[in-house]
Amino acid sequence: MFNFKGMAAAALAIALMSGSALADEWTKIRVGTEGAYKPFNYIDSDGKLQGFDVEIAQALCDEMKAECTFVAQDWDGIIPALLAKKYDVIIASMSITEERMKQVDFTDKYYNTPARFMAKKGGAITDTSPAGLKGKVLGAQSSTTHSSYLEDNYKDSEIKLYATQDEANADLAAGRVDAVLADSVVTLDWLGSDAGSCCEHIGENYNDEKWFGKGAGMAVRKEDTALKDKLNVALKAILENGKYKEINDKYFPFPVY
Amino acid sequence: MSDTTAGMIAARKPPPQARKRWGAARIAGVGLCAIWVVLGIALVASLFSGYDADVFNRYMPRMIEGLWVTAKLVVLSVSAGAVLALFVALARMSDNWIVSKLAFVYVYAFRGTPLLGQVFLLYYGAGQFVDYLEAAGVWWFFREAYNCVLLTFILNTAAYQAEIFKTSIESIPRGQWEAASSLGLHKAQTFWKIILPQALITALRPLGNEIILMVKSSAVASVVTVFDLMGATKLAFSRTYDFNVYMWAAIIYLMIVETLRRVWAVLERRLTRHLER
Repeated sequence: MFNFKGMAAAALAIALMSGSALADEWTKIRVGTEGAYKPFNYIDSDGKLQGFDVEIAQALCDEMKAECTFVAQDWDGIIPALLAKKYDVIIASMSITEERMKQVDFTDKYYNTPARFMAKKGGAITDTSPAGLKGKVLGAQSSTTHSSYLEDNYKDSEIKLYATQDEANADLAAGRVDAVLADSVVTLDWLGSDAGSCCEHIGENYNDEKWFGKGAGMAVRKEDTALKDKLNVALKAILENGKYKEINDKYFPFPVY
Repeated sequence: MSDTTAGMIAARKPPPQARKRWGAARIAGVGLCAIWVVLGIALVASLFSGYDADVFNRYMPRMIEGLWVTAKLVVLSVSAGAVLALFVALARMSDNWIVSKLAFVYVYAFRGTPLLGQVFLLYYGAGQFVDYLEAAGVWWFFREAYNCVLLTFILNTAAYQAEIFKTSIESIPRGQWEAASSLGLHKAQTFWKIILPQALITALRPLGNEIILMVKSSAVASVVTVFDLMGATKLAFSRTYDFNVYMWAAIIYLMIVETLRRVWAVLERRLTRHLER
């Protein structure tokens, strides 16, 4: 006898089972990244994705015994493409912010690079506290966590805001500003160049969560809690077994976790 | 006295007004107008509904400070530019071809390139030559973004004003020069006392335009860290993500331009009294 309802129910059950089985195992994971944020993720001359994010992702996949494929996606569409299931997780130096948490879920942070002041070499400025920088001219890129931090905490300093980090750097080199607050890792490139040879990092690291967020996390769809948990476990494992440190040391002269 | 209209034919009634029909063009026109009216109402409504007293109290004082910076920039650059422009205009009309070509190249360069590019070039360009400028003892001037912007604005507006002066001076008929000469006035006297006052009447309108353009162009100062009205507005926006601050800034700019427009209307009426019939 042909029982349509029964057939449909059975088909649905099979579909659900296979779906949940796949979700529980996660043996194949597609990783989305940007490929334009050196040294964290970039495309090398052979057209391959490289960088800190990519190597961390690979280490996590090895740890989870999962087969990973990488997808490069423009920054603007990186969350919509995740929601459209073009890949399963974003590992692209994405900061964990309240606004993004409305759309996606984040794993624990996998790195958090602090902000740091840059100033001219020669040690004219050593104290980067608000009292130490009183009356000085400070610079930052506008609309960033760094500019907000300066505005809120350095009220006795003159603050100059620039459209791009490059312009702030140029004015630091020219001596129009005394110190610039920016991401400590992103500015390493400039400090290592000819133009940036005038200057160096000074003072302590700044990573107050109120201004700078919780660091970079991996983003997954809200329903994929199993994948999120798995990634968190694997992250903990590579942090403990030294794999994370190995990758860290390959890219940066200081710990970024 | 007899009625002079008695023998005249009575005036005919005007033809009845043609009834306007609802053609495609009229429907499209009314439709477009309706869209604009709706957009305008929505804009004003959002201004009121989105009003945040907290944001207003925190950032309006900074925007007013920025307004003063803008006002200073415009007044200083337009007036200093006018003085420079007069000499450039004279140089443009000079019989010495080297002088006139030099003036032409100056005007050509400043009118032919964007103000934003000029500001960037002077500000970040000066930053590249710190050592030379320090040796020359002028780095203190170029160190300040405000000075760099002011200098660029003066040079830029002088180029435009020079063209205005040149055309309005040339619009005064040659006969005036000849008449003055026949009265025994020498050239400089003729220029300052006869030609220039008349030329300035012609120049008044385009000069008003130039000032209004300068008020709006001065927003360029904000890209090199000067907190003018636009700079203060950008700062407020980056902290609040409240787009109403841009509306407030637009209203302030509008008020400045409207004030200038009215002042100019009064000036023109006053200066052209003798031409009224």
